[in-house]
Amino acid sequence: MILIFIEVREGKVKKSSLEALSEGKRRAADLNTEVNAVLVGHNLESLASEVLPYGGSKVYVVENSLLSHYSAAGFSQALFSLVEDIKPEIILFSASSMGKDLAPRLAAKLGVGLASDCTRTIAKDGKLEVVRPIFAGKAFVTLSFKSSPIMATLRPNVFPLGEPGEKKGEVIRKEVVIPEDQIKAPALEILREKGAELDVTEAEIVVSGGRGMKGSDNFDLLRDLVSLLPHSAVGASRSAVDAGWIDHQHQVGQTGKTVSPDLYIAFGISGAIQHLAGMSSSKFIVAVNKDSEASIFKVADFGIVGDLFQVIPYLKEELKKITS
Amino acid sequence: MNIFVLVKRIPDTESKIRINHETGTIVEEGLTFVLNPYDEYAVEEALRLREAGGGKVTVLSVGTEESRIILKKCLAMGADEAFLLKDNAPETYDGLRLAKIIARALEKKFSDYGLLLFGKQSMGTDNAQVPSMVAELLGLPQVNVVTKLEIEGTKGTAHREIEGALEKVSFSLPAVISAQKGLNEPRYETLKGIMTAKKKEIPILSFEDLDLKEEDIAPLLEVAKIESPPPRQAGKIIEEEPEKAARKMVEFLHNEAKVI
Ligand SMILES: Cc1cc2nc3c(=O)[nH]c(=O)nc-3n(C[C@H](O)[C@H](O)[C@H](O)COP(=O)(O)OP(=O)(O)OC[C@H]3O[C@@H](n4cnc5c(N)ncnc54)[C@H](O)[C@@H]3O)c2cc1C
Ligand SMILES: Nc1ncnc2c1ncn2[C@@H]1O[C@H](COP(=O)(O)O)[C@@H](O)[C@H]1O
Repeated sequence: MILIFIEVREGKVKKSSLEALSEGKRRAADLNTEVNAVLVGHNLESLASEVLPYGGSKVYVVENSLLSHYSAAGFSQALFSLVEDIKPEIILFSASSMGKDLAPRLAAKLGVGLASDCTRTIAKDGKLEVVRPIFAGKAFVTLSFKSSPIMATLRPNVFPLGEPGEKKGEVIRKEVVIPEDQIKAPALEILREKGAELDVTEAEIVVSGGRGMKGSDNFDLLRDLVSLLPHSAVGASRSAVDAGWIDHQHQVGQTGKTVSPDLYIAFGISGAIQHLAGMSSSKFIVAVNKDSEASIFKVADFGIVGDLFQVIPYLKEELKKITS
Repeated sequence: MNIFVLVKRIPDTESKIRINHETGTIVEEGLTFVLNPYDEYAVEEALRLREAGGGKVTVLSVGTEESRIILKKCLAMGADEAFLLKDNAPETYDGLRLAKIIARALEKKFSDYGLLLFGKQSMGTDNAQVPSMVAELLGLPQVNVVTKLEIEGTKGTAHREIEGALEKVSFSLPAVISAQKGLNEPRYETLKGIMTAKKKEIPILSFEDLDLKEEDIAPLLEVAKIESPPPRQAGKIIEEEPEKAARKMVEFLHNEAKVI
């Protein structure tokens, strides 16, 4: 059995967990096994119906009032009890911030190996292998597992979401006992910068600016474009972040975030190796740069050699035409 | 308070990565190695906590003799002591193996730890596993990807970065914290620091010293192969009037790439 951890943040099922579920379903077919999902928290039974269309034959709902806020210690304890009980062969998480925090804690509790941030899963001779980027995508390693259950986290936005089907399957509620002192580091609250902006790691389109943007006010030009494009977010190079033009949360690259959107647009970014590391797995790359020799053009699928300040206004007009 | 910082040696981010396909390993020859940038934030934070509240800062690294260079750097930044937990095993991307070594060292040799600081991720393995695993093995609270840390007595609060927001977390010491960029600005080593560091010994702890047997830390993952990323096809680059260029770009994205 393949078990998928379904992440819930502020009452919403994360899309990247449904991507993991979709991938789990594909591998379950190859490996001739079933795929099940698990929700952990408090009062979330109603969310099970959002998960069922993506293919869990069973959705386990692990409940405890102490789990209403996320904590790695509490959640890993809850998952550990379920794993002991239902004994999955494979456990998959999204490599979201929660998945990256929780999966290693659970792996250590189970005493098993974990592969982080995978971009491919392969069924080989009845076993699972994974492929994952190392050195920020400068190389890819294929890993096999010598411990069981197999555990991996899957990079968001890489695995295609399956077509939602019927809401069939069984919802199984499990109460778990968790001593209060087991929670250890409870989240007190979530602090959000202005608006509920989409994170660059979750966006389908990332519109990034670099030193060529010349100043913080000009990032509004990119925010304008983002407002015209669905599921998009503003990204930045480290130079733009270091100059204080935009918050580090938006930085793409080796010391920033790794993104794999459907479309990455780079304005005034030269394409330094550390920047490319964070975005070269994007499905489609567009660059606007006034220097025809800029390295970003080596990875771009479409490039405009020109002044971004002259191009952006026309781009806005053209985008309005197709999105309206 | 006794603060421990776990540090790792990684190839400089400028490095071109070459692969030895026969051994399934990265070619180390020709690479310049540096202290993992996230670990640098962790060292800086430790030094600031010591400056504010007293105590001792000890840095530990698991690795080969070559890791002495980064331990020296930490000493030059101002760390009090450094130890090398000697390990010559090839990389298997198995974070639990490292976590077991680190947890054992802390239990056996440094059980008076108050705070354990890590980087959020080691560039190279890009695992982001070791801090949470050490926390689990030692039964400690963990807060990862931290951009703000406050310690008062035996309690702490931290801001941890999540998608598009920060999570405010409370915990009590001892605890595991992993550092994200933004936590602080690491200092440069001073000449005086470098001179002091030169005189300090970096003792080695072997697996024997830690009572660790090879079978206790046998890798749980196996490298089947390592490959270079598929090269990207050269794209279409145009140099035209801004208006025309913008129209062509949107047409291309809409009709050919179908991404908008
Ligand atoms: C340890 C380490 C980690 C790093 N991590 C990261 C990271 O995570 N992310 C990251 O991005 N970088 C990172 N860097 C920095 C990286 O090496 C580069 O310095 C940085 O990416 C450059 O940013 P940039 O492309 O915005 O600026 P520049 O290299 O200065 O490029 C600006 C570009 O804008 C173009 N331009 C200027 N004006 C215009 C205009 N009007 N119209 C069109 N184009 C214009 C120029 O032709 C130029 O190509 C890291 C470096 C180190 C040492
Ligand atoms: N070999 C090592 N020696 C000491 N600390 C390490 C080692 N590997 C990883 N760490 C610590 O764990 C953090 C996360 O590493 P990783 O899980 O490999 O991404 C690093 O930033 C270090 O603080």
